[in-house]
Amino acid sequence: MTKKQQKIILLFAISLIFINPIQSFAQGFAGPSRVSGNFQFDGQLYRSDTLIGAPEVNEQMLMNSFANLLFTKGDFTAGLRFEYYLNPIKGYDTKPTGIGMPYRFMTYKTGDFEVTAGSFYEQFGNGLILRAYEDWNLGVDNFLDGLRVKFNPAEGIALKGVYGKQRYFWDHSPGIVRGIDADFSINDLVNFMKESSVRVFAGAGMVSKYQQDELIIPKPGYRYNLPENVPAYSGRLNLSSSNFNFISEYAYKMNDPSSINGFIYKPGQSLYLSATYFRPGLSLMASAKHTDNMSYKSRRTESTTLDINFLPPLTKQHTYNLSAMYPYATQPNGEVAFQGQIIYTIKRRTKIGGNYGTFITANYAIVNSLNRKSIDNDTPIGEKGTLGYKAALFDMGDEKYFRDLNIEISRRMNRDLKVTLQYLNLLYNIDVIEGHPGEPNVKANIGIADIQYRLTPTKTLRFEYQHLLTKQDKGNWAMALVEYTIAPKWSFSISDSYNYGNPESDQKRHYYNATMGYTHHSSRIALAWGRQREGIVCVGGVCRYVPASSGLTITITSSF
Amino acid sequence: MRKIILLLTVLIAGYVSMAQSGEKTFHKIPSAVVKTIDGRDFNTANIENDEKPIILSFWALWCTPCMRELSAIAEVYEDWVEETGVKLIAVSIDDSRSTSKVLPTVQGKNWEYDVLLDPNGDFKRAMNVNQIPHNFIINGKGEIVWQHTSFSEGSQQQLINLVRKLNAGEDISDH
Repeated sequence: MTKKQQKIILLFAISLIFINPIQSFAQGFAGPSRVSGNFQFDGQLYRSDTLIGAPEVNEQMLMNSFANLLFTKGDFTAGLRFEYYLNPIKGYDTKPTGIGMPYRFMTYKTGDFEVTAGSFYEQFGNGLILRAYEDWNLGVDNFLDGLRVKFNPAEGIALKGVYGKQRYFWDHSPGIVRGIDADFSINDLVNFMKESSVRVFAGAGMVSKYQQDELIIPKPGYRYNLPENVPAYSGRLNLSSSNFNFISEYAYKMNDPSSINGFIYKPGQSLYLSATYFRPGLSLMASAKHTDNMSYKSRRTESTTLDINFLPPLTKQHTYNLSAMYPYATQPNGEVAFQGQIIYTIKRRTKIGGNYGTFITANYAIVNSLNRKSIDNDTPIGEKGTLGYKAALFDMGDEKYFRDLNIEISRRMNRDLKVTLQYLNLLYNIDVIEGHPGEPNVKANIGIADIQYRLTPTKTLRFEYQHLLTKQDKGNWAMALVEYTIAPKWSFSISDSYNYGNPESDQKRHYYNATMGYTHHSSRIALAWGRQREGIVCVGGVCRYVPASSGLTITITSSF
Repeated sequence: MRKIILLLTVLIAGYVSMAQSGEKTFHKIPSAVVKTIDGRDFNTANIENDEKPIILSFWALWCTPCMRELSAIAEVYEDWVEETGVKLIAVSIDDSRSTSKVLPTVQGKNWEYDVLLDPNGDFKRAMNVNQIPHNFIINGKGEIVWQHTSFSEGSQQQLINLVRKLNAGEDISDH
């Protein structure tokens, strides 16, 4: 921790002591005071396990930990977070090393006006031009450090302004980010819409990043003429009624040559559309997403972090061990995606639905490359230093990136027994998605059975059996899990994932695991012992690669 | 030495803040701006249920125990409401990947909960939620009187028992 950070903490803590007992005359400080917080400790003890390709860990134990403190009094809130990475757990390239207090903020809210100074998280629309967020499990934290102002000038208008620098490990990004956003609730603004059963929402935003010019040489005797200011704009329109919902957002980014797009000067664009029809017990959803050159970072040459915006994949997030083995991640340089989904409940106390009802979910997604066309006869597609290529909205290219057909049926058979069955058929372009050049697309069929049996009102047994069949990559897998829980405090499980189909006979490994968890109110301690296979962990469409590891994992979490 | 002063000051500050009076103090729901499932802005400080209890449940579509919990409660929710007047408000922390799928899922599964969307995580951070599912019980005065994280089959029974005790005037904060 630096001297400057120590001074800040000291000032903050001293101010807490004085604000409390003194009766404040300032209106904004009236009201009860509250100190609250939360913390999490993740530790991993590593065991040498060369058989699964686990890397050597000299420290033997690695840890990631944080503690948040929040102080609220009346209209005033302040908070800070301590973080410790001693040293960062393997697989987290975006976590810094050491001890720090990077996140600290103060917010003052009064009536229609709110100001935040310090670190904050924010999103414009669906995040296509701005999203500052954090996900601890993924190792993502790109908060904006600076100033944010929120202002509601009238009923139905919400304005936001942000100005600052992004978090970059313990430091700040070289680029400056500034943006404004407006959200309109049309029903509150237009007289004849006030009584309408259809609600209309519109929004518009603009973000601009500034990064000083730098010398980047594409070939001897040349340098890039780099834009220092790069703006991005977005517009959105949402409609909702009692049976229908429509979400749309269009984003446009000016020329932004960077390492990610190969230093082309083409503007980027993205269009997201989603329509849902629904009534109790049935929903039908169709969505489409076009992404073209939309990587937007606050450092031109950055490859892993510093994203200003967020490009969510359209595809469904899978949550079982084997169904999540090949997760799709948005390709920021370009893709075209479509998805359809049905969720249906067969009513309870009917012949087909059974006593308790049957729930069916079916989902189909396709993602292909963009159909890129050359800008003229002399320039190859994607040539650095040029406009790159042309691509029309929703013009699908020939290269398949992802296909996902999945069906889930869930039914309670009787008072004690509940069964869920899932089937998936996937096509996964491992070459493009994971960067394994030359490897063929993975085609997999996956079946999952999840059976829950209640022994007593508080003791339950749960079985999972999963099977993955594929002729590519690592071949077939079979997985079984048994979980025993004593509500509300205890849970135990043992599981094994067996890669019996690996084409290399000495790689047919068992990845066994035993876990134990204890919860008391909002505190929880969990232990896991065993082998973790190398793979991808995804949360919300952002993925990180996890190397193989073996040993003991401890997680302690609490909030107060 | 400097670090010891720092630590002591923080500890004193924490103690002074918490030791306001000898009685147990419960806090009201903090204010954060979230969205209702039909797209309108909503301030969480306005959460109320006519002075009857509220269960606040933080969840996400990708959180399997959360889905199991909300599905399990859906089977008995009507009875819960009739008996105790409780309202369950399910706060989704799904981000824009799955925000658009929250409404179709809630409608398709015929859940009758009030659903709020918190994609920016403002409400989650203000409530100090780390891991989901994380449930809170709010009493008739809008005060947070109990909380619990994680779910295992059978926990929902504990939840409704606590709501019944709350209605009977008992203090449930230590359960």
